[in-house]
Formats: sequence, structure tokens, C-alpha cells
Amino acid sequence: MFWIYQILHLLVLLSLIVTALAVVRFKDLISAAISLGASSLLLSLEFYLLRAPDVAIAEAAVGAALTTAIYIFAIKSTEREEGYK
Amino acid sequence: MNWKMSRVVTTIADVLVAPIAIFGIYLILHGHLTPGGGFQGGAVVASSTALLIIAHGAFGEHKKDLSSLESTGLTLFILLALFGLGYTMFYNYLAGTGTLFGAEVPSGINPGYINTGGTVTLMNIAVGMEVIAALSLILWMMAKRSGSMDLETSRSEVEE
Repeated sequence: MFWIYQILHLLVLLSLIVTALAVVRFKDLISAAISLGASSLLLSLEFYLLRAPDVAIAEAAVGAALTTAIYIFAIKSTEREEGYK
Repeated sequence: MNWKMSRVVTTIADVLVAPIAIFGIYLILHGHLTPGGGFQGGAVVASSTALLIIAHGAFGEHKKDLSSLESTGLTLFILLALFGLGYTMFYNYLAGTGTLFGAEVPSGINPGYINTGGTVTLMNIAVGMEVIAALSLILWMMAKRSGSMDLETSRSEVEE
């Protein structure tokens, strides 16, 4: 039964890397903020797999929900596209 | 700034707000038994507020309400700590007395009883009030100050 956890860890960590790269690569800042929320949700899943449910709840609530909302409000006040004019 | 998203978004948000808020209140009230507690439950309730604000815009005028709720939570926390000062700060003077949250904790394996915990439960409630109010106030102020850029093309702009 132990190898199931190994494969789950591997899948979660690989998708964490993919979403973290997507945050850097996106030119659309709303997409980058949503991608950061997905990365944070995967990080909270990893905390849960490492048997820290308390940290996982805090990470899911603060990282995935609240900071995404705050980033979206900040992007609404500025430009949506990343660029140098 | 006041805005409103499309009807699909507002309906889904209205349906989902109540379960998220109730789950957060569950996390606060069961903080001494299960994972979670004042901060985590308060953050979950504040995320339901974030859903409501993103869907419906920064409606109303809530700065006074949220500020007073935050002050109430902090004052409750400090008073709770100071009432135990005959022994130490945060002495658990309610545990095992049979009064509010003061039932005897049975020994051995048990499913966990919510009527235990003493001042820890009350502290979780105070911290939960403070965190709910503070995070909601941050979100509401940022939404109030933010501009009206086009997030969606189907979004119908509502002027203030």
C-alpha cells in the first residue's frame, strides 16, 4: 500500500511544478492569478498527504481563496496584460 | 466601485456561500477536537465573503460593522486571557467545573465531546470573530477601491 502514496506524492509534486511554471509563463495576469490559486490548492493537498491537515486547511483557505481574490482586485485596479509600453 | 457578474456566477455564488460559511463555523466550534480552529475557520468563512464580493461587487457600507466585530473579538480574547491571571495568563478556569464548556473529559478512547475544552473553545470563538472581520474588511476595502476593468465581456457594468 505504500507505493500508492509514493505515486500520489509524485503526481501532486509534478502538477505543482507545472502550475508554478504556468504562473511565470502567462502574460495574462488573471490567468496567472488563477494558476497561482491552483498551485496553492495542490500545495494544500500535499500538506494533507504529509498528514498535516491543520496546515492544509489554512493553506487552502488563505492561499487558494483569499490571496486569489486580493490579486484579482489588485489586477482590476491596474492593467490586465503584462507588458512594457 | 460596484459591479455585478453574470447571472450564472451570481447564482452559483449564492448557492455556495451558505455551505462554505457553515463549514467554517463548524471548524471554529470544533477547534479543540478536530484539525482547525479559530484562524482556519475564520479564513474559510472569509473566503465565502470573498466569493460573495467577487460575484456581487462591494455592496453596501460595512466598514463600521466589520471594525466593531473585529474589536469585539480582540477584546473578548484579551479579557479571556486576563480572567485567568490569578494563576497564569490563559489559565483554563472553566475546565471540569461543569459550567460553560466545562464538562469532565472521559478517559480512554472516545469520539470527542464538544462540551469540553473550557476557555480554549471560547478563545477559538473570539479568534474566529476577529479573523472573519479582519479578512472580510481587507477584501471589502480592496474591492471598494478597485477600478472597473473588463474582467468578462458578458459582465454587465452597474454604475455606483
